[in-house]
Amino acid sequence: MDSEYNAVQNFERTRQEVGYTPFSEATRATYTGLGFKSGLEIHQQLRTREKLFCRCPVGVYQEFDDYDAELVRHMRPTLSELGEYDGTALMEFRTRKEIIYRLKNQTACTYEVDDTPPFPLNRQALEIAMEISLLLKQYIVGEVHITRKQYLDGSIPTGFQRTAIIGIEGEIPLSGKNIRLIQLSLEEDSCREVSDIGHRRIYATDRLGMPLIEMVTYPEMLTPQEVAEAAHYLRFLARSTGKVRTGIGAAREDVNVSVTGGTRIEIKGVAHISWIPLLTHIEAYRQKSLLVIKDRLNQKILKPDSWRVITKQLKLEDVRTTLPFPGADLQLVAVLLPGFKGILSHFTQPGRDFASEISDRLKVIACLEKPNLLHSEMPDIVEFAALAKLIETELDFGKHDAWICFAGPEADIATGIETIEERCQMAFAGIPRETRKGLENGTTLFERVLPGADRMYPDTDSAPIPVAEELIVKLRSQLPVELPVRLEQLSKWSVPEDCWTYLLRNNLMPIAEKIIEDFEVEARFVCTLIAHYIKGKVRLNKKSYNFNNLYSLFSFLQEHDIRWELIKEMLSIIIEHPKIDYQSVLNLLNWKQEKAEDLFRKIPYFTESVLKNCQMKCDHKAISWVMGKLRNQALGNVKMELVQAKIKELVEQ
Amino acid sequence: MTESIQGYKGEALATIKKYNVRVWSDTLIKSSRGEFKGIILPRSENDDTTHIVLKLATGYNVGVDVHTITEMTELGYKEAHYKIPEKEFPYTEGLPKVKLLGTGGTIASRLDYRTGAVIPAFSPGELYGAVPELADICNLDTEKVFAVFSENMGPSQYKKLAITIGEEIEKGTQGIIIGHGTDTLHHTAAALTFMCQNLPIPVVLVGSQRSSDRPSSDAALNLMHAATAAGHGDIAEVMVCMFGPTSDEYGLLHRGTRVRKMHSSYRSTFRTIGDVPLGTVTRAGVTHIHSVFNKRRNDHNVKILPYFEEKVAIVYYYPNMQPDIFDSLVANGYKGIVIAGTGLGHVNKLIYPAIKRAAAAGVAIYMTVQTLWGYVHMFVYDTGRDLMSMGIVPAENMLPEVAYIKLGWVLGQTSDLEKVKEMMLTPVSGEITRGEPYNGYLIYQGGIPEVEEFIRRVHK
Repeated sequence: MDSEYNAVQNFERTRQEVGYTPFSEATRATYTGLGFKSGLEIHQQLRTREKLFCRCPVGVYQEFDDYDAELVRHMRPTLSELGEYDGTALMEFRTRKEIIYRLKNQTACTYEVDDTPPFPLNRQALEIAMEISLLLKQYIVGEVHITRKQYLDGSIPTGFQRTAIIGIEGEIPLSGKNIRLIQLSLEEDSCREVSDIGHRRIYATDRLGMPLIEMVTYPEMLTPQEVAEAAHYLRFLARSTGKVRTGIGAAREDVNVSVTGGTRIEIKGVAHISWIPLLTHIEAYRQKSLLVIKDRLNQKILKPDSWRVITKQLKLEDVRTTLPFPGADLQLVAVLLPGFKGILSHFTQPGRDFASEISDRLKVIACLEKPNLLHSEMPDIVEFAALAKLIETELDFGKHDAWICFAGPEADIATGIETIEERCQMAFAGIPRETRKGLENGTTLFERVLPGADRMYPDTDSAPIPVAEELIVKLRSQLPVELPVRLEQLSKWSVPEDCWTYLLRNNLMPIAEKIIEDFEVEARFVCTLIAHYIKGKVRLNKKSYNFNNLYSLFSFLQEHDIRWELIKEMLSIIIEHPKIDYQSVLNLLNWKQEKAEDLFRKIPYFTESVLKNCQMKCDHKAISWVMGKLRNQALGNVKMELVQAKIKELVEQ
Repeated sequence: MTESIQGYKGEALATIKKYNVRVWSDTLIKSSRGEFKGIILPRSENDDTTHIVLKLATGYNVGVDVHTITEMTELGYKEAHYKIPEKEFPYTEGLPKVKLLGTGGTIASRLDYRTGAVIPAFSPGELYGAVPELADICNLDTEKVFAVFSENMGPSQYKKLAITIGEEIEKGTQGIIIGHGTDTLHHTAAALTFMCQNLPIPVVLVGSQRSSDRPSSDAALNLMHAATAAGHGDIAEVMVCMFGPTSDEYGLLHRGTRVRKMHSSYRSTFRTIGDVPLGTVTRAGVTHIHSVFNKRRNDHNVKILPYFEEKVAIVYYYPNMQPDIFDSLVANGYKGIVIAGTGLGHVNKLIYPAIKRAAAAGVAIYMTVQTLWGYVHMFVYDTGRDLMSMGIVPAENMLPEVAYIKLGWVLGQTSDLEKVKEMMLTPVSGEITRGEPYNGYLIYQGGIPEVEEFIRRVHK
């Protein structure tokens, strides 16, 4: 064993070579230097009653182990344009996955199990999608054509997603510039994955077929912060219609990232916009690292085309070491990577090296559960010294080489070797085109090979749907207030910026505006009431509040001639007891109507008492003591400033 | 007929001509709804005449309303031609010699991603490219006998297929697969059962309910199952091989005279009616359900009887049916009528006179049941006895479509009504059975607790 070699040092050294800058220290110049470019695909579920192509209800979710029936399917690649199976197709076929669908009677019909052609497209969904497309200032198509986009991972039982373009082009304003859109499509949502272990992947069909829009931007965001800003904007815009679904999984983002010399990598299904900046930052550096690795390999190995791995099957009885591989009846294979020294422990992401790129692929393509490999540059390889010695003898290991050892069932060994060789060969060319899964810590894992454009087919089961001019005119007349107008409003009303997201995300501007106008309340008061007070109370008490009721509460106060100040006290009880009527709230608060002059008449009693008994030297302490005595009686009856002024006047006398 | 270029007619065609652009050209369209850039695709013949179809760079198709178009500019031109890849089907010593006869239905195919047209894969090489697993099952050869859609299959195709089967058996083929659209698969299966008797080898009809251009297609698995049953199975009968459950688990082998398509779109649409299926099939082989069947032999002694009288009809009875239905058949020279009657085999009194007139004209009239399951029992009620006295012959538990095919086949050989009756009521291969197994009729109804429990535990 090469005891001289220090993998930890190599990782650290290569990290510096790549020039990795921690996210907190990165500036706009950092990203300009990398040639950072990013585009977004925002998926947003629509609030309809039924699914897109069948009449099953939407938004009814099952527990994963609560199902009425199971179904087994396998996905086969179909022949595509050039008579070759496309990359993703081939990969999915190699994995030989058995796909199991868990059905619930309430949310699945023959359409979900691909045993009937689609019913006519849901018109409600079409109109919502058109409305959002109009808000994005897009060109609406003359005729909607339903297209099949192939997915062989089994997430849709047909093997393809039915999707259709509603509008193309369009743009959104960010703080510094405009970002253009490529298109907006209306599509059916996929199944939820229950598990994916070995050769068996399980899905629940409850979410399958729910209407979803996908908004795609051009790759024009040049910093991670811009990406998040655009994501927020598109989300607020969709929500401003009040016709989209909210809650966990209702909006998901795919983020495309590339750097100079790199390639478009898609980070799929990011559930939180707040994760986007770090994910894109780290992905940019992963690409940079792979480009450094590419240069290094091409310097070291002169004939990349003829580069091959050398393999040797090991006898388990010869390996007198406890191995970490899960599963039984395993075969053990040692793989020599000629000339790969220093590559396996090369930095790719914080805490992850090049070997982890291979390990991810072994899991996904060869279905080998992790930990699925040991290699010559693991920090703790000394623990497997006997195995390492055996492998190095068997493989004729040289000082420029690296090795990987993996184990799996006999049927998966060939795919495992192919996968390792393929990933290493790809390193000579740079960055493999793939989709990746984003983790909360900002790193990503290999998910699938990125499919080509030729996985789109016309849906022969559906006729094109003409979009009449009258429909566009009708929808245009009903559009909600545009987002830039809302932002200007918030700024004009001097609403604190920390309120904006909450108001826009929950589409509360229309209700706030109505209250402000109808009851002539100060805008800033209403907005902070919603986005500070109610938001805080709701979170603290883990309750929810239906904002539509806020209007009736203001209306109640107006009718009873109660000042707005009392509303917070009332709300704190209402949020705790949502069904309570407003009069009972007043009773609970012990609140009584009182005229200003009656209240003012009580002031001398308190001021005299405080001045006589306490001998307070400081006037303002005396004032606040009296205020404290009278505050509850004044609240909702008299303006507080007025009471205070009155007390002050008396105290100073 | 109106002029049409690649599916474009009327205003759409006029617009294309006006701006001097072509189908397959990369085009920039300016319209009142904005600018669209893409390749002009051919249009489906049945779609309207006011839209032009574009394939955008992203691969999506959209339609542009010709009334909104203000300008079109051709930027380039690229016509697409597509071909299925062909790889030589490998010959493996020791595997059975199986012949696949094509009838025009697409067993394996791919979709032309630009036009949506289906391109069939048929030659052994093309099939090997699409379903390579076939090479592990048999040595496959193929022949396109004719090319018609399932709904256009008829007597002349049945006869030609029967003769081809006879020739193949003579040549030493060890199993035959017939690729067929599913709509009339069971009619063809019945016809071939009557026309090819004393078969020494399996003849397996197969189709698919989800076309093979879809990743979830049942075509590949059906084809593998059919190849296994044809090459390795020991049931030398005409059979239909299609999905048992809707899951990718096993195929069912149905006797050609007892099978029927029972769902318009389900994968597991074919069901044996009035009996249990012959067996199940997986890639591992055939498992028998029925113990009585015609066993595979090594001789070539098949009897090919390619006859068919086309003047035969099925009349599906409904309440208040008028006698003129029968009169018009007789007037048009029909020689045989199969009635699908209600219940045990009944029709109303209103049409008695017409039935009498038909019988007097020498028309062979047979009674079957609309219930599909169960026998005609015409002695139970007076109606039945009346009808028999008029000359209607009860066809036992023959399925209406099977009775139609058999009557056509019998009348193709004789017009002697006594001889016809003898042949009709003497079963060739299970079209009439001596009795019905009590566990044949099992149509489960979802919602019942014990059925739901079964569905939950066993893959559908």
